[in-house]
Amino acid sequence: MVPIFFAYFALVSIVAGLLTVSLRNPVHCGIALLALLGHVAGLFVLLHAEFVAVVQIIIYAGAILILYLFVLMLLNLKTEERYFHRRHAWYITGVGALTVELLMVLLASRFSGAKGPATVAAVEEIGNSTAIGILMFSDYLLPFEIVGVFLLGAIVGAIVLAKTPSPADLSGDER
Amino acid sequence: MTIVSTADLLAILPELLVMAGGCLVLVLDPLTAKDRKDWLAYFSLAVLGAAFVVGYWFMGALTGSPRPAFSGLYVLDAYGAFWKLLLILVSGLVILLAKAHLKLEEIDLPEFYAFILLSLSGMMVMVSGTDLLVIYLGLELMSLSLYVMAGFKRYAPRSLEAAAKYFILGSFSSGILLYGISLLFGRTGSTTLAGIRDGIAGLPPGDPILLMAMGLLVVGFGFKVAAVPFHMWTPDVYEGSPTSVTAYMAVASKAASFAAFLRVFLEALGGIKESWRMLLVAVCIATMVLGNVVAIVQTNIKRMLAYSSIAHAGYALIGLVVADAAGTASVMLYLAIYAFMNLGAFAVVTMLRRGGLEGDEIDDFTGLARRNKWAALVMLLFMFSLAGIPPTAGFIAKFYIFMAAVGANMTGLAVIAVVFAAISAYFYLRVVMVMYMKEPGETAGTPGYDVRVVASPAAIAVLLVAALGVLILGVFPDPLIQAAQSAILPLK
Repeated sequence: MVPIFFAYFALVSIVAGLLTVSLRNPVHCGIALLALLGHVAGLFVLLHAEFVAVVQIIIYAGAILILYLFVLMLLNLKTEERYFHRRHAWYITGVGALTVELLMVLLASRFSGAKGPATVAAVEEIGNSTAIGILMFSDYLLPFEIVGVFLLGAIVGAIVLAKTPSPADLSGDER
Repeated sequence: MTIVSTADLLAILPELLVMAGGCLVLVLDPLTAKDRKDWLAYFSLAVLGAAFVVGYWFMGALTGSPRPAFSGLYVLDAYGAFWKLLLILVSGLVILLAKAHLKLEEIDLPEFYAFILLSLSGMMVMVSGTDLLVIYLGLELMSLSLYVMAGFKRYAPRSLEAAAKYFILGSFSSGILLYGISLLFGRTGSTTLAGIRDGIAGLPPGDPILLMAMGLLVVGFGFKVAAVPFHMWTPDVYEGSPTSVTAYMAVASKAASFAAFLRVFLEALGGIKESWRMLLVAVCIATMVLGNVVAIVQTNIKRMLAYSSIAHAGYALIGLVVADAAGTASVMLYLAIYAFMNLGAFAVVTMLRRGGLEGDEIDDFTGLARRNKWAALVMLLFMFSLAGIPPTAGFIAKFYIFMAAVGANMTGLAVIAVVFAAISAYFYLRVVMVMYMKEPGETAGTPGYDVRVVASPAAIAVLLVAALGVLILGVFPDPLIQAAQSAILPLK
C-alpha cells in the first residue's frame, strides 16, 4: 500500500511542480503550487512525520500561498502573462534529456540510504512533536537561534528596501 | 540530549558580540539625533574591535586543539579563528569606507552598519560550523544581508537590478546547495561533517548519489565564490551595487565562502577527493581563463574588478584542488592578501567622482596622476599587487599558490595559472597607463574631464591600512604565512 501512495504523491508533486513554473496564468500557478504543497505534505505523512506535514499545510499552503496570491492580486500581471518563447521548446528538450539521464544513473544505484538515530519506532515512542521540540531546543538550539537572527534581518531588509526614498534622498542624481 | 552550557556560549562569544551589536545598531538608530548618526558607525567599529580581541585570544589559545561545541554542530578551532579575524578586519575597513561613501551617494542609512554586522555574523557561523545545516544557515544570513545592501541605492535602477538579480540567482543556488545536502544526508544519515565522512567511508567508491550530491555542493559553493560557470551574476551585481558593498562582497563573502568550501570538501568529502578534484580542476581552469580574458575588454572599472575577482577565485581554487596542508595554507594566505589589495582598489573607486556621479569608468582614471598623485600612487600599488608583481603582496600570494600546485605534482595547472596571471597584467597595467601616461581631459566629453578625488579621513585610513598591508606583506610576509600554516585544517 505504501509504495502506491508514495508513487501517487511523488508523481503528482512533480507534475504540479512543473505546472507551477510552466503555466501562464499566475493564479493557475498558485493553484498548482497548492497541489504541490499538499502532496509533499502527503509524503511527510508516509514518512511518519505527521507534525511536519501539518506544519507544511498550515504555514505553506495556509499562509505563504495566500501571501503570494495577495501579491499577484496587487501586481495585476494581466498584460505580461501570455507570451511563449519558441526557444523554450529547446530548453525543455535539453533539460528533459538531462533529467532522464540523471534518473537512469540514480535508479541504477542502491536506494537504501543510511538510517539516522531517529527511526520511526524511536520517534513514535516519545511522540512526533515532542521529539522535534526537544531536539530543536537542545542539540539544534544553535541553528534555531541563527534562524531567529536571519528572520530579523529579512524583516528589517524588507523595510529598508520598501521604504520609499523621501524627496530629500532624491535631490541627488538620478541613475 | 544536551542543554547549552557556558562553554558553548563562550565558544560563540565573538559571534554573539557581533549579532548583539547588529541588533543594538537597529535599536539605537531611532534614538540618535540626525547629525550624530556617525556614532553608530563608531559603535559598530567598537563592537568589531571587541570581537577581534576575543577572536585573537581564541586563535592563540586554540592552535592544534579544536574544541567542539553545541553537540558537534560547531567547532572552535584555529582555522575558524583565522578566518574570523580576517573577516572582522575587512568588515571594519568596509564600515570606515562606507561612512564616507554612503554620504557621497546620499544613501546614508544607519541600517547599513547593522547589515554589515549581521552579514559578518553569518560569515563567522559559516567558517566555524561543522554541520551542513549550520553552514547553510550562516551562508543564508550572509547572503540575505548582501541582497539588501546591494539594493541600498533605491533611487538607482542599476542597484535595484543588482539586488533582484543577486537575490533570485542566490536563492536558486541555495536551493541547489540544499538539494546536495539532502542527498548527502539521505546517503550517509548525518548532516555533521564528521558523520558524513564516516558514512562515506562505508560506501562503495563512485556511488552515483554521492557523486551527484558532491556535484550539487560544487554548484552551490561555486556560485558563492563566483567560479565559472556559476559566475554570471558577478559583473552585473558588482557594477550595480554601491561600491562599498561591492568591496564587501568581493572580499568578505568570497573569503567566507572559500573557508566553508574548504572545510566541507576536506573534512566531509575527503574520502572522495579524487572525484571532486577532477571536477574542480575543470572549474578552476575555466574560471582563470574566462575571468582574465573577459576582463581585458571591460571599460567600467567595477566590471573589470568583477572579472578580476572571478579570476582570483580561479587562482584560489588551485589551493583547494591541491587539497593538502600547503594548499589549505596557500588559500588562506591568498584570500588574506587579496582582501587588502582588492579592498584598496575599490576604496580608490569610491573616492573618485565625475561631476555628481561616481567615477567608475576606466576613462575617469585618465591623468589621475596630475590631479591627485597620492590616489594614483596607491591605485598603482593595488594594480601591481593584483597583477602579482613583486615586491607587492600579490606576488607572495600567487607564489605560494603556484608552489603548492607544483609541490602536489600539478605543474600543468601551475603553468596555466602563470600564463593567465601574465595576461591579467595587461588590464591591470592599462589602468596604470591611463593614470600616468595620459593628460586629463580639459573640455567636456574628453576622458578624465571633471573628475575629482573626494578624500575623507576615514577613506584615507582605509587606503593607508590596505596600502601598508600590501607593502608590508609583500616584503615581510612571514607572520601571515606562519599564522596560516598554524591554522590549517587537520587533514584526515
